[in-house]
Formats: sequence, C-alpha cells, structure tokens
Amino acid sequence: MHTKHTLRTLAVVAAAGLALTACGTTSSSSTAGDSGSNCPAGLKIAFLGAQTGDYANLGINISNGANVALDDYTKAHSDCKVTMQKYDSQGDPNQATKLATQIIQDKSIVGVVGPAFSGESGATGDAFNGAGLVTVSASATDPALTTHGWTTFHRVVATDADQAPQDAKYIKDTLSAKKVFVIDDSSEYGKGLADGVRKGLGNLVTGSDAVQQKQTDFSATVTKVTSSGADAVFYGGYYAEAGLLIKQLKAAGYKGAFMSGDGSLDPGFIQAAGADAANGAILTCPCAPSTADFTKKYKADNNNAEPGTYSAEGYDSANILLNGIAAGKTSRSSLLDYVNSYDQDGLTKHIKFDNGDVSTVVIYAYKVSGGKIQPGTPIK
Amino acid sequence: MHPLALNFDFLFSNFSQLTVTGLALGAVYAMVALGYTMVYGVLQLINFAHSEVFMYGTFATLWTVYFMGGTARTSGFALARMLTVAMVIAMIVSALVALLLERVAYRPLLKRNSPQLMALISAIGASFVLSETMGLRDNITRWLGLNDNFSRYVSGARDTRGLPMDIQTHQLFPIGNYHVTNIDLIVICCALLMMLLLDQFVRRSRLGRGIRAVAQDPESAALMGVNSTRVVQLTFLLGGLMAGAAATLYMLRIGATRFDAGFILGVKAFTAAVMGGIGNLRGALVGGLVLGVAENWGSALVGTQWKDVVAFVLLVVILLFRPTGILGESLGKARV
Repeated sequence: MHTKHTLRTLAVVAAAGLALTACGTTSSSSTAGDSGSNCPAGLKIAFLGAQTGDYANLGINISNGANVALDDYTKAHSDCKVTMQKYDSQGDPNQATKLATQIIQDKSIVGVVGPAFSGESGATGDAFNGAGLVTVSASATDPALTTHGWTTFHRVVATDADQAPQDAKYIKDTLSAKKVFVIDDSSEYGKGLADGVRKGLGNLVTGSDAVQQKQTDFSATVTKVTSSGADAVFYGGYYAEAGLLIKQLKAAGYKGAFMSGDGSLDPGFIQAAGADAANGAILTCPCAPSTADFTKKYKADNNNAEPGTYSAEGYDSANILLNGIAAGKTSRSSLLDYVNSYDQDGLTKHIKFDNGDVSTVVIYAYKVSGGKIQPGTPIK
Repeated sequence: MHPLALNFDFLFSNFSQLTVTGLALGAVYAMVALGYTMVYGVLQLINFAHSEVFMYGTFATLWTVYFMGGTARTSGFALARMLTVAMVIAMIVSALVALLLERVAYRPLLKRNSPQLMALISAIGASFVLSETMGLRDNITRWLGLNDNFSRYVSGARDTRGLPMDIQTHQLFPIGNYHVTNIDLIVICCALLMMLLLDQFVRRSRLGRGIRAVAQDPESAALMGVNSTRVVQLTFLLGGLMAGAAATLYMLRIGATRFDAGFILGVKAFTAAVMGGIGNLRGALVGGLVLGVAENWGSALVGTQWKDVVAFVLLVVILLFRPTGILGESLGKARV
C-alpha cells in the first residue's frame, strides 16, 4: 500500500516535470556582452527552424550561416551587442506555432531568421504578421506563402514556381533531351515541382509516375522508365528516395540523364545512391554555392563544419536584420520598414523585396561528379 | 492518365520484368514474414519489434562491409566473400537481437500470464526503443567517449547510409523480354533455399517437433517433456536468423538502409504473413511472394502511388474469401 502510494506520487511528479520541460525551449545564444549606450539592452534576433530531429541538417545549415553573419556584425559593431536565440521546431509546423508565440512575447526580439520550412512559415505567418515582427526566411520556397498579404514575411530565395520552369529549360536546352520521364514523390513540394516541370516540358514528357516517401524499392517505376526509352528523368522529391531511384535506374541499364530539385541537394543523395550511380546527376537549387571566403569564415565560426544547402542564404537573412540594427532600427516596426525597403547586394544576390519575394531570381545547377556535389552554376 | 484507366498494355509488355523483380522483392518480404508467423503460431503474439530485428541485420551487413575494408572498388570474388561473411554476421546479430527482445520484452509478461494486450504494447515499445537507439547512435557513442574510432559507423545517424560499393548487375539469361540479373537470381534462390531449410527443420527435427507441439497445445507439450521456454527462445532465434539473411539480401538489392527502414517493411511482411495464413510457414512464403508481385503489377496497372492500396485491397479480398489466409492452416494444425 505504502509503496503504491509513493509510486503514484512519484509518477505524478515525474509527469509534471516532463510537462514543464516541454514548455521550455531549446535555446542557445551566441556572443553576449554588456549593452551599448544608444541601443536597448539585450537586443535579440531569433532563429526558428529545425535543430534536432530528422531534418536537423537543413536547419543547422541555415543557423550556422546566421552565426557567421552575427560574428561579422559583432566584430564591426562592438558597441551594440546583439544575440541570436535559436528556437528548435524540428521542422514541425505544430511546434513552430507554439514557439512563434514565445518569440512574439519576448519583446527584446526584433526580427526572426526563418522559419526554415514552408510548412512552418505557413503555420506561423499570421501570428508574426499580427505582431508586426519581421521574418526573413532563407529557404521557404512554397510559392503560396507570399499570397496571404503578410507584410512581415520575406524570403531571400526564388520559389519552386521559379525553379520548375528553369529546370524544364535546362532539360530542353542544355540536356537536349527528346523524351523525358517525370517522377514525383506525391508530397506537396515534390509534386508541385514536378508538375511545374511537366508543364514546362509540354509534349517532351514521355511518361509520368508517382512514388511515395520512405519507399525503397522502385522496380515498377524503373521498368516504366526503361520501357519508355526516356533519355532524361526528372525527379521531384527528397534525396533519400532520389538516391535509391537513380541507383536502381542505373542498375537496370538506364543510361540517360537524371535531374532533381533542391530537395535532393544533399550529401545524403550520394550516400543513398553510391558514388558511382550518383555521378552525372544534376541537382538544381535556388541556393547559391558558397564562396571560398565564406567557407573559411563558416568553418571558423561553426566548429569546422562545412557549409551546406542554404547556408549562404542563412547568412544573408541574418545580415539583413543586423544591417537594420546597425542603422539604428532597433524597434520591431522600424526594422520591419527597413527590411521592406531594403535594396542592397547580399552574399548570394542583390536583395530587394517585392511583396516578400526577392526580386532577383537565380536557379543554380549543381552537377555530381567524383562522388561529390560540385559547385553550382546559374541556369541562364 | 485517368486513375481508373488500367494500363494492361504496359503490364503485359513488361510482364517478365515486373514479375521477376516482384519475386525478388517478395522473397525478402517472405523471409521477414516467417519471423512474424512463427512467433504468432507459438505465442499468439504479433511481434511488432521484428521489423527492428531486420533493421539491425541491415546495419550489421553494412558495418561488416565497412569493417572488412569495403570500398567503392571492391568487386568480384572479394566482394562475394565480403557479402557472405556479412550475411553470416547479420544472421547472428539479428538472432541475438531477437533473443534479447524475447528475454526483456516478452518473457517477463508471459511468465506472469499477462493478457495478450500487454505483450502487444510491450512489442510496440520495444520497436521504438530499438529503432531510436539506432537513430541516436552518434549521441550514444559520444556519451561513451568513443566518438573518433566509430565515426564512420555512427555518423549520419538519422540519414540513409549506403554500401560503399556499387554492386554490379550482370545480365544472365532472358525470360521474355527481360534479362534476369545475377542479383535477382541470388536473392530469389537464397531466400527459397533458406525457407526450405527452415521448413524441413520444423517438420522433421526434434526441436521443430517441439515448436509445433507448443503451438498446438502448450500444456500438453509441457506434460510431454517439452521445455516451453527453450521452444520460445528457439522460435525467436529462427525468426531472427531468417530476418538477418533477408537483411543482407535487401542490402544486396537496395544497397542502403536507415534507422527506420524496418517499419514499412515490417508492416508489409506482417501483411504477407496474414495473407498466406498466419501461423503457417509455407503461408508466409506464398504470402510474401504474392505480395511482392502484386505490388509490382499494381504499380504497373494503376501507378506506383497506388501500390500500397493495391496490396491491402488484395489482402482484404483474400481474407473475404479465405479468412484463414491463402494456405489457411496454422503451425500446430489444430489451432482454432
């Protein structure tokens, strides 16, 4: 009896403890210091995106890029200290919504780098817009995000609606393909991208198929491709499936070109496909390759990690906010106005916002060779 | 293309390719299904964690290849030797995981005569623990301070990890307009051989008789001197060995794995076991092969996004007309 009672109490306490930790955020700040004279104390920008979980790499690439921007800012403006507080959403829109509320309630946060994913951006857009808190995303590419009339949402990358026509153009002009087989993974991103490519290619499309995420055996799809005599395959989806798909295509004797979008631009593509099968694949992205200079600074600021997809855009996003703070815009409303009228060169492109979208649209094509993803070149 | 426009033309013109590759896929399903069906036949327990037993086998294959110095250039005889050793090790590892599972997750509950529901919940919990342990292996080695030595094995813990080499497919002989490859042949023949061995073992050996006895009636079996604990252990061991072999064959075909690769395959394999007749070894074999081929045919007819729908509709149709599955009878024959 006594033991049962104690156990029950312990269980309640443990459950309460767990509930309380769930309310807390995983936050980490970089470079803190004493406040300057003409800027408010404890000025912060927030990062909202995945830091742990299945999509951690994608979010960490961006927050690391932002770290570099913060480091540059701190070296140039030691009089007005700014820190970055990271909010880990694990890429989940539900978690992002709760974290957005916390960010909005913290009055020392004047701008947000992120949200990283399109799903999170869609879920938190209304909240940030209502609070007048400016957000600059490095990677949310869903075209619909700028149709909601949010004055606070900005992104420094081209959308999937820009990527698809450029991909189709590349297949038609550069690859000179005559018969293209287009495959997607039935996800909102993959299907959207593939449908855009299908539209751009018109009657060059010789066949279509849709696979599923987490699928590992593609023998039926491979059969369709080989029997259609296609000389190019476009895959709309993520790297895990793309890698296995290209591997099985090559094993079945497919000799044509393979192209995919930014969801496949990850070293995981080469891991899944194997260096031999991945060679020759072309992966496009609205993200720019890192310059040697940036790579050096990135490694120095991030424990020798290599820059990844959207790292340079992460730098640009944070830099816009920090430039605003350096120009004396230290309140939410003044920083929002500053970003809306921003017109300067960034690391990746010239940045000027038109209804939240960046006006310069560049899509890069990255070729895989020698077991590595080579630096990308813009698609003309 | 209208979703209901069945593409028979494509199916028939590529019949042999779809069927042979479907059989190769189905062979892997069948071997994993054996684990599910045996445990169900003996314990009336759905061993949800069997998918993780398979997943650990795939990682054992991968790590053995790393350990034996496999690189992108390994091929031919050296590669064959490496993969054979990897298969043996994968079978041992999977068997050990299965035995561990039995000891920790099921035996305490069975000893206390807990309701089946408890064992089911334990199975689900064990499945999560096993898969997440694999998914967090880099954190674990960091805590143990072993990071540098094992970085190749534990990096990218939640990512897809692939074999370092590309296993070259050689086209052997044609069936219809498809050239059967060496990998297709190895997978199908290896799987059939192992299942044949298992079937003979259960039917003819003394230990196999013990398994069938416990499946039929545990109390009478105990009265006849069969040690039910040993029999349960043996059942898990055999299921694990089969899953380990299936894991290597899977790596041969797919070449890459992840910490959650077991889940979907486990669901499919369990479906195959039910389709063939749960508790029936030959049923698992038939169910697995049927499922693999049906998935491919379904993908060809309607489109790959409907693949799973086709598979499960087939399951429902089969159970409607034969509620006990295709081959019906169970391990102990008299089981109701």
